[in-house]
Amino acid sequence: MSVVARAVSALRSFGRFWYDFVVGDDWRVAVGVAVALAATWGLTRSGVNAWWLVPIAVALLLGLSLLRVARAARPKT
Amino acid sequence: MTTFVLFLTVLLACAVEAVEALTIVLAAGTSRHWGSAWQGTVAALLSLAVTVAVLGPAVGQIPLGALRLLVGALLLVFGLQWLRKAVMRGSGYKALHDETQAYADEVAAASGAAQGGRGRVKDWYAFTLSFKGVFLEGLEVAFIVVTFGDNQHDIPVAVLGAVVAVAIVTVAGFAVRAPLARVPENTMKFVVGTMLTAFGVFWATEGAGANWPGSDAALLVIVPAVALLALGYTSVLRRARTAGTLGTAHSTEGSLT
Repeated sequence: MSVVARAVSALRSFGRFWYDFVVGDDWRVAVGVAVALAATWGLTRSGVNAWWLVPIAVALLLGLSLLRVARAARPKT
Repeated sequence: MTTFVLFLTVLLACAVEAVEALTIVLAAGTSRHWGSAWQGTVAALLSLAVTVAVLGPAVGQIPLGALRLLVGALLLVFGLQWLRKAVMRGSGYKALHDETQAYADEVAAASGAAQGGRGRVKDWYAFTLSFKGVFLEGLEVAFIVVTFGDNQHDIPVAVLGAVVAVAIVTVAGFAVRAPLARVPENTMKFVVGTMLTAFGVFWATEGAGANWPGSDAALLVIVPAVALLALGYTSVLRRARTAGTLGTAHSTEGSLT
């Protein structure tokens, strides 16, 4: 295996490790959290004390993630 | 957050990580070579110490708002992952995590690998298996200690919580010399997931610039609210599974205890 191929493989493993470590099983939850925090930041910058936004987002994201799992467990017909 | 609550939160979170790391080390040592497994463990702990020593001061240089936003977001994502799995197990959509099965899987994988040593390490597989497990779980312990300790300006108490957790799990694990199947892992994961999510919500929201009504006292509402939310989802999913309105293909008997 060439040096370049080994470097690419190592980089790929490194990226995969951090992706699994931070994002985990459901990337939509991580994206949803990032969007909710960006929206909170934007609202507070424009003068709205949006402390309520993240709790609502968490309730929705957890519920939707669980719903996807439950639906995926449905027997195929 | 009182000193005792900080200590207890870090202790519980780190105990879960320690249980997972110890399971891997026990599997590598029992099935392959104890010496190499210990070498892997020590190497991982040393690498971890260097990593924390290098990153620790850098974390301290980050402005508090940015730090809260970053660690709050990470805690939130971690916490939601834990809660999601705890709810799935509690409602029967995922098998309760079985440390005995996890141990057996690790042993089977270890036994199937080729023997071989390099340098002072007699069994490279046992070494890397232990190294990987201890380093990854240790990184999570370090992350929990730095985030909780730094945010509460009490790193020593957070370190103490982590040390006590690791010591308890290590002593308990080696006392029984068996996989830690008797630890009610899902209950612990549910509690830790709730705490991580609640603190993630609190810190990330503050880091994003918003102010909580009641300031720190808001945590007294957020923690039980997150727990109730997760219990509610567990109950709904369990009832839906029983009624057959949602998927049942992979369902098992679920419990939070």
